[in-house]
Amino acid sequence: MSSATDTQVPAAAPAKARRRRGLRRLSARDRVVVALLLGIPLLLDLAFVWFPALATVFLSFTKWNGVGGLHTKTCLPNVPSILNNGCLYGIQNYHQAVTIYPEFWPAVRHNLIWLAVFVLFATPLGMLFAVLIDRGIKGSRMYQSILFLPVMLSLALIGIIWEFMYSQNLGLINTVIGRNGNSNAIDWLGNPHLNLWAVLVEATWRQAGYVMVLYLAGLKAVDPTLREAAVVDGANAWQTFWRVVFPVMRPINVVIMVVTVIESLRAFDLVYITNKGINGLELLSVLVTSNIVGETQRVGFGSALGVVLLVISLVPICIFLFQTFRRESREGPS
Amino acid sequence: MSDAGMSPSRRTLLRGLAGAAGISVAGGLISACSSSGSGSGTPSSGSSTGSSGTVGGTVSFGSNYSDPGVKAAFASLCTAATAATGAQIKINTVDHNTFQQDITAYLQGTPDDLFTWFAGYRMQYFAAQGLALPIDDVWAKIGGNFNAAAKTLSTGLDGHQYMVPIYNYPWVVFYNKSVFAAKGYTVPTTWDQLIALAKKMKTDGIIPFAFADKDGWPALGTFDILNMRINGYDYHIKLMKHEIPWTDPGVTQVFQHWAELMPYMQTGANGRIWQDAAKTLEAKQAGMLYQGTNQVAQQYVTDKANLADLDFFVYPEINPSYAQDYMDAPTDGFMISKKAKNVDAAKAILEYIGTGAAEADFLKTDQWDVGLAQGLSAPTYDAIQKKSVVEIGKCKAVAQFMDRDSDPAMATAMIAIIQKFIDDPSTGNIATLQKSAEAQAKTIYTS
Amino acid sequence: MTTDSSLSGSLPRVQAVRPADSGRPRKPRPWGQIASQLFLISASVLWLLPILFALYIALRPYSETTKYGYVSLPHSLTLKNFSDAWSTSGMPHFFWNSVLITVPAVVIVLALASGVAFVLTRVDVKVNVALLILFTAGNLLPQQVIITPLYRLYLLIPLPSFLSGSGLMYNSITGLVAVNVAFQLGFCVFVLSNYMKSIPEEMYEAALVDGAGLWTRFWRLTVPLCRPALAALATLLTTWIYNDFFWAITLMSSGDKRPVTSALANLQGQFVSNQNLIAAAAMIAAVPTLVVYILLQKQFIAGLSLGSSKG
Repeated sequence: MSSATDTQVPAAAPAKARRRRGLRRLSARDRVVVALLLGIPLLLDLAFVWFPALATVFLSFTKWNGVGGLHTKTCLPNVPSILNNGCLYGIQNYHQAVTIYPEFWPAVRHNLIWLAVFVLFATPLGMLFAVLIDRGIKGSRMYQSILFLPVMLSLALIGIIWEFMYSQNLGLINTVIGRNGNSNAIDWLGNPHLNLWAVLVEATWRQAGYVMVLYLAGLKAVDPTLREAAVVDGANAWQTFWRVVFPVMRPINVVIMVVTVIESLRAFDLVYITNKGINGLELLSVLVTSNIVGETQRVGFGSALGVVLLVISLVPICIFLFQTFRRESREGPS
Repeated sequence: MSDAGMSPSRRTLLRGLAGAAGISVAGGLISACSSSGSGSGTPSSGSSTGSSGTVGGTVSFGSNYSDPGVKAAFASLCTAATAATGAQIKINTVDHNTFQQDITAYLQGTPDDLFTWFAGYRMQYFAAQGLALPIDDVWAKIGGNFNAAAKTLSTGLDGHQYMVPIYNYPWVVFYNKSVFAAKGYTVPTTWDQLIALAKKMKTDGIIPFAFADKDGWPALGTFDILNMRINGYDYHIKLMKHEIPWTDPGVTQVFQHWAELMPYMQTGANGRIWQDAAKTLEAKQAGMLYQGTNQVAQQYVTDKANLADLDFFVYPEINPSYAQDYMDAPTDGFMISKKAKNVDAAKAILEYIGTGAAEADFLKTDQWDVGLAQGLSAPTYDAIQKKSVVEIGKCKAVAQFMDRDSDPAMATAMIAIIQKFIDDPSTGNIATLQKSAEAQAKTIYTS
Repeated sequence: MTTDSSLSGSLPRVQAVRPADSGRPRKPRPWGQIASQLFLISASVLWLLPILFALYIALRPYSETTKYGYVSLPHSLTLKNFSDAWSTSGMPHFFWNSVLITVPAVVIVLALASGVAFVLTRVDVKVNVALLILFTAGNLLPQQVIITPLYRLYLLIPLPSFLSGSGLMYNSITGLVAVNVAFQLGFCVFVLSNYMKSIPEEMYEAALVDGAGLWTRFWRLTVPLCRPALAALATLLTTWIYNDFFWAITLMSSGDKRPVTSALANLQGQFVSNQNLIAAAAMIAAVPTLVVYILLQKQFIAGLSLGSSKG
């Protein structure tokens, strides 16, 4: 028995070596099991996730309003749109998005602002909560529960709840600061200079709790002997955290950063439920949706926007995959 | 009954328009007065129902009548239709805005047999894509109940009919009679009088114009009426079809007049829903509100405010050559989807709906719209409705509202542009916005 | 405890020994403690404020709030908004839709994901890492990237009538279940494969000796051992799928077939004249997740940690 398995143990494997049995060594029945267990989900994933992702790229080069078929003829220039449908359009969609579409650059800007706020404020806030709670002061459990509560709520629900806070004439914020009259009301959600920040407050409200929990898990995993050693060396809490704990948590930090970036690119629900993503709340995700799923369907154009979103998202995704699976490929034999 | 007050010249005009309707001009939308009293020689009983015999089965009816008032009216219409035709109706109500958003998906996916929709290019657009069923045979039976204008509104680009109208309503300036009486205001009939009135209201501590544009579409109405007053109906329709560029000086004039009005319009419009603007009018904190009777009067009823105090006047004249000849009076109606399952029953139901009796039934609980059947003067009409019939009847031509007259994508683009205008009505911004509108229109209307 | 079990059992020994304050300064400086307490208290109050405010509005009658506004002392509190929201808006029906979507989706995802994770960790199919990457990345894409072709695909796939009222995948509960399954698959595969890696090889050796086939090793051996991870994931998935908004509003056009979260958008339009009803409806819609939260908070957090930390 051991001789058969010995050959499969990799030379430099860590303590918990895994050995995988190659397909060749499996019985026919087992191979069927593999085929089913792996094949069905794979098919599902390919059909409903990857195929559409690739199809979006293809569609971005067409001009189509969603009705009728697609064909591979090139679109004729200077012809009424209703006759020019479902044809190949080249990179015109991208060109129009970047030059003519008035919502594109604001959306990119807003996405970047969203990202910046998350990275510079929401995530550090969550980390701060985690660090403070990890110190084990009295009431930590309660604080943790309260700060985490928004994560359980649907973002659509969060948008609805916060509309009461931001209501112009009746909301809590305007009433408390005395600006809820008909002439001096602050229009938190309607003023395009303010509403993105108002919505970002809502998003932070949720994101901080999410990051807090992830970070807490990481903190709890830090080997206490490290901390003990630091204390023995005379470090105070602040120094212990920054010099000892934080560096050790590098993998967690990367994961959290990636999660933050992905969450900020995914932002959609809040903005959509507030005002369908117009007038200062444009985001790439909403632009895609409003061009594709709406009364006015500009499928090709919307797909182009979707591809832009895809390309931007690929950066953090690749970082995450690289970070996560780097060890994987080093570890196991393939 | 039959309104003999129509001048012969207008009758000729209408007949001419009806003739032109047979020619399918690309986007050939010809709107005309959909007054219930325009006699063109046909009997005005409006009660011929055609042979809507009894059919069986269930018909699904997609509806965007989600506001409680109109929802009740629609339910009673369906009950009456079931009684008349024998077909059971299953109503599928979707939130008003969501229904419109989803319409292309809806019609291509799994639409109900019948669905609520609007007249105008918006209807022709979907009909031209093959998403609706032509109902010429239904119109063969109910054609006598409507005048030519109503029929034109229901006709697609290819000359076939696709819709049966149920009601229309005017966009007018609302005010509370008691406020005007108390403060001694008079109804303005010219632009200068309007501005003067707004100034007076402001000094009296009343918001001159209640204004809301969170949903984006309400402000389009103001653009429409200003355009029709300043540049005339033909110009407006051409602009909607992008036969005139958005950078035209006529359009600049529209925005300039609007900028004159902005100091008197309620601030924070982009964050306010129209229902709240109507509430401001109800509470007498605002003096006037330019919106459709379908919205404002209905809101008064829903909020149990003093409907008897509500009155309206038609938008004042700006350019004497066009006076007050035109207005937006959108028409709503019903269509059959191409993928309908129970077509016979659906057609029978439409045959029933296309009658004065059905409209009167609908309007029993609807105190804000008016029907289109000829000679219809529903006994339940209140003051607002009676006045609507008169005012619509007075106009020479009637438009359907920007988001129904232009390409849907263009309307969406204009919504964003107008919201930006509301934020910053300066001259420089107007020029920028016009350029942006034109650039987008080029990509929307042609490749 | 469940948090730690995720970390491949690396700290059991220390867990038992460590007193509450181990590794921290023996005498925390008082002002540091007080500052932290103050900060956390104020943060907690701020955090609860929006929810409590919405609840407060939901408990007040419409006539009162129209007269006095939201920020005013109550003359009377009422549960009428809740009962009205419940009965007039069709909420029971929407809840049922949510159940119909969430429960099958969670069950199916966990079943499929555990199978995939098992195969990818225990069977060498030569492209194990590549497949893992495929699954994981699939979950990280924003939903809007795939919606257009997905939407068109849904309009094309026919379904038998017992699975879909519309005859198509579009506008059907089955369709929503399918897309939720496909979309959440990646995360679960990732988490479960991490977890399964920590199962010692010796157990499989023993099973092999006993002549257990692959299926038996999977079903009788691996799955029971994964119960904590499955429980944690079930909690997470239930919350996420219940809270889903995008798929429901894009792939479900019938108002009455929508699950409760997206139905709220409809209700916003329906109750636009009466905000108290919307507040009540929102509170009602939040109840299931709050229940999960109160009862299963530990599992939920464990699930998140499983996903974030790599063993």
